[in-house]
Amino acid sequence: MEFWSFIISHLDEIRDQTIEHLILTIASMVLATTIGITIGILLTRFEKLSNPVLGIVGVIQTIPSLALLGFLLPVFGIGVTPAIIALFLYGLLPIVRNTYTGITEVDPSVKDASIGMGMTNAQLLRYVELPLAFPVILAGIRTATVINVGIATLCALIAAGGLGEFIFRGISLNNQHMILAGAIPASILAVLLDATIGFIQKKPASKRTWLTIGVTMILILIGFFATGSSSESSKLVAGFNSEFIEREDGFIGLNDRYNLPMEIKEMEISLMYRALYNGDVDVIDGFSTDGRIKEFNLKSLIDDKNYFPPYYAAPVVNGETLEKYPEIETALNLISNQLNDEKMAELNYLVDGKKQELSEVANAFLKELNIYASIDAGKSDKPDIIIGSKAFTENFLLAHIFAQVIENKTSLKTKLQLGFGGTKLIFDAIRFGEIDIYPEYTGTGYLVLLQKSSSDVTDFTNPDVIYKDVKFEFIEQHNLHWLEPLGFNNTFALMMRTEHADSLKITTVSGLSEYLNGK
Amino acid sequence: MVLLGPSGCGKTTLLRLINRLEELNSGTISIDGEDINQQPKEQLRRSIGYVIQDTGLLPHLNIKQNIELVGKISEREISREKVNELLELIGLPNDILSKRVSQLSGGQQQRIGLARALATDPEIILMDEPFSALDNITRSQLQDDFLNLKHLDNKTILLVTHDVQEAFKLGDKIVLLEAGQIQQYGTPLELLNKPQNEQVELFLKNDKFILGLQTSSHNGASLFDYLNNGEVSTKDKQAAMDNFFKELG
Repeated sequence: MEFWSFIISHLDEIRDQTIEHLILTIASMVLATTIGITIGILLTRFEKLSNPVLGIVGVIQTIPSLALLGFLLPVFGIGVTPAIIALFLYGLLPIVRNTYTGITEVDPSVKDASIGMGMTNAQLLRYVELPLAFPVILAGIRTATVINVGIATLCALIAAGGLGEFIFRGISLNNQHMILAGAIPASILAVLLDATIGFIQKKPASKRTWLTIGVTMILILIGFFATGSSSESSKLVAGFNSEFIEREDGFIGLNDRYNLPMEIKEMEISLMYRALYNGDVDVIDGFSTDGRIKEFNLKSLIDDKNYFPPYYAAPVVNGETLEKYPEIETALNLISNQLNDEKMAELNYLVDGKKQELSEVANAFLKELNIYASIDAGKSDKPDIIIGSKAFTENFLLAHIFAQVIENKTSLKTKLQLGFGGTKLIFDAIRFGEIDIYPEYTGTGYLVLLQKSSSDVTDFTNPDVIYKDVKFEFIEQHNLHWLEPLGFNNTFALMMRTEHADSLKITTVSGLSEYLNGK
Repeated sequence: MVLLGPSGCGKTTLLRLINRLEELNSGTISIDGEDINQQPKEQLRRSIGYVIQDTGLLPHLNIKQNIELVGKISEREISREKVNELLELIGLPNDILSKRVSQLSGGQQQRIGLARALATDPEIILMDEPFSALDNITRSQLQDDFLNLKHLDNKTILLVTHDVQEAFKLGDKIVLLEAGQIQQYGTPLELLNKPQNEQVELFLKNDKFILGLQTSSHNGASLFDYLNNGEVSTKDKQAAMDNFFKELG
């Protein structure tokens, strides 16, 4: 029932996202079909090219979707354009291959007789090859469409919208209803599109062409009218990740506090900084210790109304693990309070900006503390301890540091399991004992995992108060132990390009609000 | 005219050179004194009928559409009357027009293949083993019907076959090919009675008896028919056979 009430309360959003999703899929498929069939036909006419071209198109297909989006980012920026290009590239292979195969497999005697009766190349294609290859080509289009409905969910990560927005927000917040609100319409869409193409396929040849054109036009028109009305203009464009948009301590609360009317594009954390640097967006929600602040010359806006809670990082350890290996605590306490904001930002920069290896940066840092650890820590096949991390540089680094310290100071073997896609995912992993340790932030623990709000304690901005509270509640509720904090406060910060902020004379979030509200 | 020879002797290649499905390396082919390379390939092919063993009918179209397509590609309308006339000619009922190719028997498909080739009234028809894929009974029936088609009498027909009996049954003239060379060109009787070289003799050896029956004429009919005629007395048949064996040597 809760699910239905969620669906009903989010109906508008679901409708918009479904339409966005449909547009992404249809637009990319129209492109992929036109160009794919053309390439396929050309390959049958220039046989020598068929192997290399099919090879290249096949290789594109094997590029992981997120990586492909990443490649396109520097050239096409973020938003719908790179998303459609990526989907188009993915749709190409099944269509090119099926067109090529369909045409080359037309019965040679039929071709021979047709050429023999005097057909030109174009007539052969029109009257013989295309009609006979049609079922095979259409099967290719069907495959590509269903694949693309799935991949289009990823486009939410580069601010292209679509049902992926719900899915990714749902994953990062562990909101099952939200995940389903994205996943179910996406599945229905896939089934419906597949059925539509199947329906067209069964119709007699004479009606098929017009039916195809008709259906495509209708879908495009739906999309056109649906989106045409919803573009508002705002002075600045913000790029936020899905977790920040939906979190209580994210944009919702921030907007309440400061009033920031901005157009918001949803995108993946790791793509955000570059999008800001490229000028695709003007404001992002960065982390105050991120290495790319320095690399891309960005400016953190001062949180002058003390909205953002403290996010002190500390190792969180599974209670059973700690009981079994109490020496972990002693080892990890060696690095407590050894990292301040500047130090952490510098380490992050070494990885993000200077492209140094994570394990080397972690190792060099420990050397400064006179801990001479092995650089190869965290690679055991039979680990005593599994160390997890969320999917961003700072967490990767901390996980490496944990592994190296533990292996150096104890006889335990560790294994790294990096890159969990969201707070709730990694939280579940440690609760169910799939990992033993991961770095977490006090603010996140308090607001997201314990689901408490700023009014539940007397002094919300006091780091110690929050730390003590999460430490206590985590043991009580989940048998998870917060060890000593590492020292730095990686809180959210709104960021802009330094020269942009300077030209608008914005230094604080209040300043941003004044600019946006035209005061 | 029949192009006869064992497989791989070049008879199909020779046929395909005429409608330029294969290109000449050297030499020229002329039709009515005009070099075939002088006109566009497609135009040349449209003026020549082409019938092949596997019929090459389009499986996604019905029979009517298949026949009409020949006209469509050269922007010539093939009228309803023309289609009916063709059907009558090849002895198939009208209701076949709306059927798909796959609903037809092999023999019917081959008849349609012929009808398609005739649809534009070409002067020349090339036939590449048109009857080879059929069973014995259908084949000889189709061969008989084909021989009796008055419509074909003043057309030039080139038929390729490896079947000696078929060649002798259908051919006015036979070109016997072997290893890419013409071994002999002549009427069936000439080939049988005056083989120009050893190859020709060898090639026809096994079939000599039955061919003799087919080709030798006796009182204006073929000996074969004469022997099968119930009105002829046994004595006369015996005399005809004796005469035949004498001729055969």
